[in-house]
Amino acid sequence: MKLTKYFLLAFLLLPLIFAGCADNRSHSNGVYLLIDTSGTYAQQVTKARKIINYLLANLNAGDSLAVAKVESKSFSEKDIVAKVTFDRRPSYANQEKRAFNQKIEEFAKNVKGSAFTDITGGLIQAAEYLNEANPGNKTIIIFSDMQEELGKGTVRDFPIKLTGIRVMAVNVTKLSTDNIDPRRYLDRLSWWEKRVRDAGATDWFVINDLEHLDKVLNTQ
Amino acid sequence: MNNLNSWLFWPDQVALSVLVLFFLISIFLYAARVPAHNVIASVCNLASHAFRFAARWLLLTAEGLRQRNKIVLLEHGQAEVSSQIEREFERVTDLVRKELGEYPAVQRKMMDEITRIEEDYLKCGEVPPPPPEWVDALSSIANLKSGGDIAKKMLEDLHKSVQKIHDKTIAEYRRAYEGRHKILKGMMPFWRSVDKTAKHIDSNMISLTTNAKTIDTHMGRYEEMRSKTDKSEHTLAISSFVQLGISSLVMLIAAGGAFINFKLIALPMSEMVGASDYITNNLRTSDVAALVIVLMEASMGVFLLESMRITHLFPTIASMNDQLRKRIMWTALVLLIILASIESSLALMRDMLIADKAAMLHDLSTVAPVATDSLLTHIPMAGQMVMGFVLPFVLAFVAIPLEVVVYSLRTVVGVVLVMLMRAISFMLRFIAMIFHRLSRILVNTYDIVIVLPLLVERWVIGLRGGSVPVKSNDLKSRSAS
Repeated sequence: MKLTKYFLLAFLLLPLIFAGCADNRSHSNGVYLLIDTSGTYAQQVTKARKIINYLLANLNAGDSLAVAKVESKSFSEKDIVAKVTFDRRPSYANQEKRAFNQKIEEFAKNVKGSAFTDITGGLIQAAEYLNEANPGNKTIIIFSDMQEELGKGTVRDFPIKLTGIRVMAVNVTKLSTDNIDPRRYLDRLSWWEKRVRDAGATDWFVINDLEHLDKVLNTQ
Repeated sequence: MNNLNSWLFWPDQVALSVLVLFFLISIFLYAARVPAHNVIASVCNLASHAFRFAARWLLLTAEGLRQRNKIVLLEHGQAEVSSQIEREFERVTDLVRKELGEYPAVQRKMMDEITRIEEDYLKCGEVPPPPPEWVDALSSIANLKSGGDIAKKMLEDLHKSVQKIHDKTIAEYRRAYEGRHKILKGMMPFWRSVDKTAKHIDSNMISLTTNAKTIDTHMGRYEEMRSKTDKSEHTLAISSFVQLGISSLVMLIAAGGAFINFKLIALPMSEMVGASDYITNNLRTSDVAALVIVLMEASMGVFLLESMRITHLFPTIASMNDQLRKRIMWTALVLLIILASIESSLALMRDMLIADKAAMLHDLSTVAPVATDSLLTHIPMAGQMVMGFVLPFVLAFVAIPLEVVVYSLRTVVGVVLVMLMRAISFMLRFIAMIFHRLSRILVNTYDIVIVLPLLVERWVIGLRGGSVPVKSNDLKSRSAS
């Protein structure tokens, strides 16, 4: 009888032991995709869909995904096209992915080009979203030519904070001026890398070939 | 380099400085010769004795362990052979009770049948036809000296009557044979019955003889174990190695089955416990949950076989009364069926989840979905469900090799440990011997270094007319002591 009591006690304590063993760190991924919709780059949105499809196919239950457009002033929740934190259950997560894809489809049909490109504002908004969602791995993908053009009165020349976030620029197209002097393109990328690393970002990548998207979620 | 210069008396004259230094060191070493020799001998002796002591202790411990292993091995072997002998006796008892218990009835039946066969045999004995009476009459007529026509007529009449009698006799003779054939035909079932009974008894006797031979073999092994011979110990140890090898192989196959089982339910478990929870950096909670289910199935299998008295891992279950033991058996079986059903449904869920993901990927891609044959898609699903239901029961049988592994591993580990201890003991003895020899080598090397003062000493003693003391012999005697 005494032995039974001990067994019962051990059985009741078992969940506590397992809870103690549990790894409380978050292992989920959080991805924020910024899509440049300024000027002629707006035509590249169909390519952006390829990245979104890749993300939807590879993100797991519990991961977060947000897609926002980069416009004249992008530090705003209004620019977020769609955002979701997938359910812990894979079947529900699949339904949410379908709904998300539907929203992106509608956005792609009705995209309009903006006059200016506020990438910094989009980055600040992205960092804010990711820090709120607090996933284990935070990634910002900038789908842009990385040519920032700010409107009159828009102030972005101050240090930003991207601590613990990976940043990658995807499909950085060459402008006509870059073709004349490639140094402009390289300088532009170097400037962004410095700005991002100074902001505390853990990594900086440039992916121009959309066939090599496996780097996007590879956190190693 | 500066450090080296600090040792030189005259740094610009290195050779002279080194020579002087060597001379001074030689004088110092010569002065400290006796205590230095003592120190070398003591240290080497100490190390040698320590190693020899450790080697001896290891050897004794290994011997003690071997004896303990032997006792356990022989006890276990005796228990095993006893149970085998008991089982053989049970078989013999069953045979004797079932088959030979009915022997008087069988014998009576056989005797009845044999008597009947004998009677029938006597009945069908050949009866010789009666001697024809006309033969005497014919002889009388033939003896007549004259008769003429009368005799001819008589002979003709006689021929007719003989012919008639002959036909009648032949018909009777044939009738009699027909009757005897009928009797013989009627004997056939009895013959068959007797033959069958005799063969049955014969096979029982052969079976009894085989059992007796098996019992003899087991008894021989048992006697060997009782007399605690090295041969029986060696046989049992080898048997343990073989059993461990075979059981490990079976366990390995079972582990493969368990892995497949785990793969079947790992994905759907994420639907139940969530896919984003982790226990460690790379270990998902859903994976652990699936693993726990698989291990629970294996545990239920162990309890089921234990309560059926197929395995004997838990003495508590073996010593329970039959009613309680049967309750445990049914509980384990019901739980195993429930777990198998859960796993089967999880396997179905897995298929549905994969199909859902595939559909979603098709939705995302611009490529039109490939048309699939419904029958082809249903076969893997059905296969997964069947596997999900069957694998837990297959895993249940892992208890048998597990028991063998548990019992044989003790013996194997014991034997390996003894061998290891003996090997270490040998190594230690070898090192002890090296230290023993090393003292002499070091003493001689020491004397080589101070060879000049020693030569001087010998020369001085020679001048005085004394004898040179033999230090090495003293040292040898000390080392030997």
